[in-house]
Amino acid sequence: MKHASKVFLAVVLAVLAAPAFAALNVFACEPEWAALAGELGGDKVNVYAATTALQDAHHIEARPSLIARARSADLLICSGSELEIGWVPLLLTQAGNSRIQPGSPGYLEASQFVQRIEIPKVVDRSLGDIHPAGNPHVHTDPRNIARVAEVLTQRLAQLDPADAEVFKARAESFKTRWQGAIARWEKEGARLKGVPVVVFHKDLSYFLRWMGMNEVGSLEPRPGIPPTPAHLAELVEQMKRAPARVIVYSPYNDAKAAQFLSERTGIPAALMPFTVGGTDKAKDLVGLFDDTIARLLAVVK
Amino acid sequence: MHRKTLCAMALAVAWSAPLSVRAQDAELGKIRDEIRQMKEAYEKRIEALEKRLQETEAKAGQAADSAAQAESTARAADTASQTAVQASSRPAAENVLNPGISAILNGVYSNLQQDPNAYRINGFVPTLGDVGPGRRGLSLGESELGFTANIDQVFRGSLIASISPDDSHIDVEEGYIQTLGLSNGFTVKAGRFFSAVGYQNQIHAHAWDFTDAPLAMKAFLGNQLNDDGVQVKWIAPTDLYFDVGMELARGRAFPATSGGGNKNGFGAGSLFTHLGGDIGSSLAWQTGLSYLATSPQNRAYADLDSTGTSVTDSFSGDSRLWVVDGVLKWAPNGNPTTNNFKLQGEYFRRNENGALTYDTQAASLGTQSGSYRSRQSGWYLQGVYQFAPMWRVGYRYDQLNAGATGIGLVNTGALTAADFPILAGYNPKRDTWMIDWSPSEFSRLRLQFARDYSRMGFTDNQIFLQYIVSMGAHGAHQF
Repeated sequence: MKHASKVFLAVVLAVLAAPAFAALNVFACEPEWAALAGELGGDKVNVYAATTALQDAHHIEARPSLIARARSADLLICSGSELEIGWVPLLLTQAGNSRIQPGSPGYLEASQFVQRIEIPKVVDRSLGDIHPAGNPHVHTDPRNIARVAEVLTQRLAQLDPADAEVFKARAESFKTRWQGAIARWEKEGARLKGVPVVVFHKDLSYFLRWMGMNEVGSLEPRPGIPPTPAHLAELVEQMKRAPARVIVYSPYNDAKAAQFLSERTGIPAALMPFTVGGTDKAKDLVGLFDDTIARLLAVVK
Repeated sequence: MHRKTLCAMALAVAWSAPLSVRAQDAELGKIRDEIRQMKEAYEKRIEALEKRLQETEAKAGQAADSAAQAESTARAADTASQTAVQASSRPAAENVLNPGISAILNGVYSNLQQDPNAYRINGFVPTLGDVGPGRRGLSLGESELGFTANIDQVFRGSLIASISPDDSHIDVEEGYIQTLGLSNGFTVKAGRFFSAVGYQNQIHAHAWDFTDAPLAMKAFLGNQLNDDGVQVKWIAPTDLYFDVGMELARGRAFPATSGGGNKNGFGAGSLFTHLGGDIGSSLAWQTGLSYLATSPQNRAYADLDSTGTSVTDSFSGDSRLWVVDGVLKWAPNGNPTTNNFKLQGEYFRRNENGALTYDTQAASLGTQSGSYRSRQSGWYLQGVYQFAPMWRVGYRYDQLNAGATGIGLVNTGALTAADFPILAGYNPKRDTWMIDWSPSEFSRLRLQFARDYSRMGFTDNQIFLQYIVSMGAHGAHQF
């Protein structure tokens, strides 16, 4: 009996003490931030991606598995700006984890550190699922990722000072590669400037702005409201008057609406990876933008 | 920006200088030389500054972006300044710290074959709450007002009041504080809250998949159990979700005594545990086991005895309830937008042991008391399928088992079973079908049809047409 209780005590202590020696547990709400945390943290972090490219981060349930992961997280990184309002607040209140509460270094809302666009002047639910703090999909502009990388590096160093030098070195290496890649993308994508495009949801706004592309319509009649036949008919008419060159949609969107519009108008529909894992080639952050631009160049001739 | 102004001023001085020197011919050459030197020096400096500016601009993309970058660095550096910068971008009105306010409205049209005022679940002790199917015809349901906010760094508070449309009284449905980050997986709740016993009990009625509660919840929890108490919950540090928790409460509602007894300590206690996780990316599951123990004292209910007189009977003793629950949710690749399916079920088992007093008001055959013992159970299983965006259909099957109820007064022959008609053995059943349409996550229209066999000898065909909408703060619903 005595022996058993000793073993039990040892197990309990091991469980309680384990997080102190292990790598930082990073809970990333979206795959892009998981990929970034992996780039910056290497083997010093255990990264968990709460969602995949096939899921819509607006509509996720606070599943038991997510609560369990949030409970052990040292750092939570999300897009923020109310993108995850339907589930992250629940994780925070349910998980019993003080390290990731807002205001602590373990809570990072990426969109707070970049300049947000499309901040609505009028906030009303009749306008659809709008975000009063602006468009939350900030990662589609690689320059925003560079900025978030700086903040994330500081946070990682703050939470795990012993490995601060590792994080700094990795951040330097990432920055060099990233700046080089941005210059390359801007060169490759120069041809996309001014190209009129129809989006599914306003989730590529930062990308389009960066590339100088011109968003002329969206398949959703209002943000977050699924395409309706009436709205699609309107779009067909609009495309007859002023055709776009490409219709883009993301892996979590229902491709049928995009294909419908494409068939009716002859405008090519192109699947964008949107985030890491969205397409086979979007294996990492560099692949994400490589593939996005390649896919656009392939249809915009 | 500041530097640029300085440069411009220096430039202006440099350029305006020649005007003043023209008048003095004698030193003209010398001064010209000096000015040229100055000019060159300034031009060089300006050039250098411009170059630096361009570099910064190139780096940051745009001037506005560079401001954002400065802001980001400042924020990362210090949490205090973070809040300051964040606050400056918001309107500095008095109400910025207002709690999240939400209002839930619901209205229903009910077409009920049987009189809802005579509703009962035969075989089961009537509960204290209103478990009936509601009024016939058009009626406004209970409106809900919710206030939720972090109180400080330690607590979060939540108040949900329900306003009854008829007698205009306001009920506190939930009003509790909750710890925000005790860490190590602990959460403590105190106040009035929906008990964690079972699965659906914790979910607010407006988020239910059917208009009304399962029969088992009506019979064993008086529709929905919200008690005044304290809840402690611990989540294990494992990837598989595992929690254990305990509640100690006043025991103010069924299965305890109405209002709770006049005593110190606790009138109800419960234990619960859950396991949950994912299977692949398309399936998520959760199971739970919970136990609720109360000792009701003089828990009264009305019945019609063998003489046809309405009498009040009451129970005192122990009530023990076990609940096993499970829920399974499917969405292709975890994306529920187009299609998803939810399977949910609960099994309840209750043992009650104690004394049953007949006719406490001595209105008929006189007050008498004897033993009482019951073992009863009930379960439901429901499935809800979203077959297209916005559209869902669902089916629910309910069944209760009245089991064997031992009434001492009947066994001894003091009274007959006809004096306790509502406790006569009967197994209520119900089939429910529904279809609902949700144009957004904030509104829902539902049509429900139920064939209810709760009353012995009667079939109640029920049709409900209901709307439920929520306004204000975006709610987050539990799994």
